[in-house]
Amino acid sequence: MNVQNIINQIEKVDPEVYEKLDTRRDAMKSFGKASGRIALAALPLALGSMFQKAYGQGSTTLVADTLNFALTLEYIEANFYIKGVASPGLIPTTAAMNALTTIRDHENAHVSFLRTAITSLGGTPVTFTAAQFDFTAGGTFADVFSNYDTFLAVAQTFEDTGVRAYKGQAGNLMSNNDVLTAALNIHSVEARHASHIRQMRKARGVDVKPWITGNNSGIGAVVAASYAGEETTTQAGVNIVNLGGFTISAAAASEAFDEPLTKEQVTAIVTPFFA
Amino acid sequence: MEALEENGLKAVSRRNFLGYFGGATALLVTAAACKKDDTPSNTGVNLGSGDTGILNYAYALEQLEAAFYIQVAMTPYSGITAAETSLLTDIRDHEIAHREFFKAALSTSAIQALEVDFTSINFSNRDSVLNTAKAFEDLGVTAYNGAGKLITNPDYLTLAGKIVSVEARHAALIRDLISNGSFADNTAIDANGLDLSRTPAQVLAIAGTYLKRALNASNLPTS
Repeated sequence: MNVQNIINQIEKVDPEVYEKLDTRRDAMKSFGKASGRIALAALPLALGSMFQKAYGQGSTTLVADTLNFALTLEYIEANFYIKGVASPGLIPTTAAMNALTTIRDHENAHVSFLRTAITSLGGTPVTFTAAQFDFTAGGTFADVFSNYDTFLAVAQTFEDTGVRAYKGQAGNLMSNNDVLTAALNIHSVEARHASHIRQMRKARGVDVKPWITGNNSGIGAVVAASYAGEETTTQAGVNIVNLGGFTISAAAASEAFDEPLTKEQVTAIVTPFFA
Repeated sequence: MEALEENGLKAVSRRNFLGYFGGATALLVTAAACKKDDTPSNTGVNLGSGDTGILNYAYALEQLEAAFYIQVAMTPYSGITAAETSLLTDIRDHEIAHREFFKAALSTSAIQALEVDFTSINFSNRDSVLNTAKAFEDLGVTAYNGAGKLITNPDYLTLAGKIVSVEARHAALIRDLISNGSFADNTAIDANGLDLSRTPAQVLAIAGTYLKRALNASNLPTS
């Protein structure tokens, strides 16, 4: 991707693009500083950031802060699966190991992708190490890395919480189309993970489906905060149950829509998992 | 056929009914009765502009998905298991919920009920049904992911987000039914661990195969 070509193209529709970029010296400087470290995949994000600053749309700080929040969640998930996959005797089958390895690799990729994106926006990505996490949550899940069912229960909670967390932050990313799209593209991957983990639990005899029915987790009160509000059957003031004269149960109405969580709600949920 | 239409199926019901029971003869009848509307996309069903256009775009896709799963439930493929019936019935109900939600939310701005063309699908065959389901679900995910940036009202963006993650749950489940462990394989997810996104034009080029009338997306926002 040739940045100069892109700017030349923009000049055709906005002859003042150079002036706008030039009068935003910080934008150019931060772009130049970051560009050497920007992976090709994240380059559109970097360009988006540069032009966002040049054209004064929205708050890049808000976008970077939001991505750091997402990055924190990805660090939790990545470290959780890294440790789980490496725990001897925890994962009983090859199929399960393959699935959890796939998920681990995605979470690692998300960490890497978000770090690059935050840097390209001129922000500073947060960093966490394995020692900073306590996946027993202070003893609540004491056997998380020795009891496969506990491990899957925590995995499901992380994935479903992750889906809700990204959903809750989408509005904060609207000023940057490329970042918003990337976040949405992560959000749906977390939902795919959740679906599969739930099927893994189903195969272990737990009464769950790939989607969230009511606010049932199949885990218990200890994770209630991650599922609170999922029982909603009204969307934008429209009651979904039997809408339009069709048979739509309350269960189906709740399943058909995943609900967002606020940053504060998510923070409260994940705080016990930090050592 | 009255009962079928009450379930939200229009002309498709009869054609698939014939296709399911009538074999080759029905295919000939179907081919004659369903001359494809090949008019350019700017003369089809007009989705409208702005956020309304995007909501109509979503409404169109949900109509397509709902019609598909209604047909799947009515004419289950041979060898379907109880577990598969239960899961596919759930998905049908979710898609009806999505469709009816958009219809209610759009009110008088909603596009018409769309007639679908499922002649390319063999509803009695598990592979045909599940591969079509996979295509629809993955398409839905990429469609919502691509439409997010086109929405200006943050409440609508959140609503799209509430639906897309459920479509992703469907996509993963359907993929696992086809081949366990393929819920997020590299045919759906890129090297950065990201799902894909598609523009409305890209989505409608694929979805158009299953619609009798083209959709006019020419007034939708593009950025």
